Amino acid sequence: MFRIVRKKSLNPTVTLMEVEAPLIAKRAKAGQFIILRTDEEGERIPLTIADYDRENGTITIIFQIVGATTERLNTLNEGDFICDFAGPLGKASEVEGFKKVAVIGGGVGCAIAYPTAKALRENGAEVHSVIGFRNRDLVILEDEFNAVSDKVVMMTDDGSYGKKGLVTDALRELVESGEKYDEVIAIGPLVMMKFVAKLTKELGIKTVVSMNPIMIDGTGMCGGCRLTVGGEMKFACVDGPDFDGHQVDFDEAIRRASMYRETERKRHEETCNLFKKGGADNA
Amino acid sequence: MPNMSPKKNEMPVQDPNVRNKNFDEVALGYTKEQAMDEAKRCLNCKHKPCVSGCPVQIDIPTFISKVADGDFEGAYDVIYASSSLPAVCGRVCPQETQCESKCVRGIKGEPVAIGRLERFVADYHMKNAANKANADIQKNGKKVAIIGSGPAGLTCAGDLAKLGYDVTIFEALHVAGGVLVYGIPEFRLPKDIVRNEIENLKNLGVEFVTNAVVGRTMTIDELFEMGFESVFIGSGAGLPRFMKIPGENLNGVYSANEFLTRINLMKAYKEDSQTPILRAKKVAVVGGGNVAMDAARCAKRLGADETYIVYRRSMDEMPARREEVEHAEEEGIIFLTLNNPVEILGNDDMFVKGMKCVKMELGEPDESGRRSPVEIEGSEYILDVDAVVMSIGTSPNPLIRSTTEGLETDRRGCIVTRDESGLTSREGVYAGGDAVTGAATVILAMGAGKNAAKAIDEYLKNK
Repeated sequence: MFRIVRKKSLNPTVTLMEVEAPLIAKRAKAGQFIILRTDEEGERIPLTIADYDRENGTITIIFQIVGATTERLNTLNEGDFICDFAGPLGKASEVEGFKKVAVIGGGVGCAIAYPTAKALRENGAEVHSVIGFRNRDLVILEDEFNAVSDKVVMMTDDGSYGKKGLVTDALRELVESGEKYDEVIAIGPLVMMKFVAKLTKELGIKTVVSMNPIMIDGTGMCGGCRLTVGGEMKFACVDGPDFDGHQVDFDEAIRRASMYRETERKRHEETCNLFKKGGADNA
Repeated sequence: MPNMSPKKNEMPVQDPNVRNKNFDEVALGYTKEQAMDEAKRCLNCKHKPCVSGCPVQIDIPTFISKVADGDFEGAYDVIYASSSLPAVCGRVCPQETQCESKCVRGIKGEPVAIGRLERFVADYHMKNAANKANADIQKNGKKVAIIGSGPAGLTCAGDLAKLGYDVTIFEALHVAGGVLVYGIPEFRLPKDIVRNEIENLKNLGVEFVTNAVVGRTMTIDELFEMGFESVFIGSGAGLPRFMKIPGENLNGVYSANEFLTRINLMKAYKEDSQTPILRAKKVAVVGGGNVAMDAARCAKRLGADETYIVYRRSMDEMPARREEVEHAEEEGIIFLTLNNPVEILGNDDMFVKGMKCVKMELGEPDESGRRSPVEIEGSEYILDVDAVVMSIGTSPNPLIRSTTEGLETDRRGCIVTRDESGLTSREGVYAGGDAVTGAATVILAMGAGKNAAKAIDEYLKNK
């Protein structure tokens, strides 16, 4: 059992939790993930490590409330326990030997982009962060990015904060203004990563993306997390989660990510109806 | 007087048309009377050929004679001296190619039903006796780490614990049991039985650490730093193989590992489970091993109208246990032998809508000694299915070999062992089971675990 030592709501749908897991904290590196199960009947879900504290033996996770498991996770509070918490899984991001890097984060993907930006900076790179959100209310980790970046460009879809537009617009502008990057790291929704990779291919900049497909065991057993990268089958849990963005078949990944969307939607509706019914009875 | 009936006592089973709709155990087990009657078929021959057919060398005639006398607990003690998991082996061992294949009674008629008797004894013990405590074990204060809680690891742990070692098992998943819990379905091996066998080990003093992914959470070198004096790697098979044909990443294509893990470990077979699984109406399982049979029988139970086994060789070459094949046939699984998939077809939403197959014929024997299948030209056709399960084996997990310096692996990635003891290229590190052999059987893994326990004991005694 793993105790939650801190819980903080970052925006209405995104929560941060700091969890006691000393063995994982001892080895965790930027880019790696954990698998958790909230309770005995729960699903196993992968979440990327947003931060770690080796001294206090804690791991920070940041999650968006999108399905049954994250909803249940969000009902837990400081002092409560998470049933299972395994990691650190996957290969760590490569953060050494870069001079100047653009880190692109989209939405809750910023939670994953942040530790990478931090690690790059610690390893001597100049870091430019481009972070995008749908609107002002959804902005997370702004102070954190400011602390580890030499430059931060904030983008919102509706222009309610920072500049209006997409992260790709900002990246194009930076490059056109003369910035030269050794590498671009893009972490966010699949569609965002797809278009960042498309742009950087055009611009000729090496690009790494962090893939977060459906997983079960996360240790190299089930094969559910398979992707096509450079025409070959790869497993995100042991070969990734970082891959060459110019080689990933994003359209396939997008389609695979939607495999259970219909099932999830039905289940979610059923749960909601149950609550509604309960509410009506109580009224 | 021995019972000279040429036939085994039949074991009662659930009716095929009832059981193919539930996940309850198929075989129901002998009654006391049936067990004692069957035990009397054993001639108690002097040279005990059956024992040589058992990878863990259970003293079979002795336990059977105790069953014949009605001393079921005595029989259990005999089995337990050699096997830490009798209730498991009694259910999943391929006895027909092991102990029973050597039985003298099998020359004229059917061999003694050793497997069914083992199962009866283990179940009797489970129902009637309290688990044995470890009161009489003399602890020697030496620590051994076991990686993986599947059949190899559990056996190695049990044997070492009985010898007085402090044994800790590190398991990557959230529950102990390895393939016994994530792979083999409830209807063939009820999970209560696995839990009970694990409780037995806990009573022997074995400690279990779940959520510990060796190679990630800690390395083998760190285990030594933690004070473990020897390590056994029983980490199992690893990544699923695919055929490298078009369409394998379509929605609705599963590896057998994923399909079975969703159903067994994550309980997708229960209506209220949180784990999603596509409830397909027509399912093709590609492969002919025991895992393929398990996957096909699960698909049927999840409500598929038609479930196919698609296998490129003929029935005779099929590696699955005969009993599993028969059970599958009885349950309505359709066998398309001498058929091979060449492409999986998807609809506009990229969900599986069919599988293109070709028919095969048997040619000359290949290096495995089996006649190799050859494609019949122009035999292409489309099998109407909405899900495909690939059950064509696994390749070893890279996590341990990539994080353990000096651990020799072969070109497939399997851990290389010196000899039967399971000693690897690293001092004090032993390995066994699928991590060494590639995908094999529960009992072979147990045999490897047993040999390694003996070797670890000798190594640590002389250290």
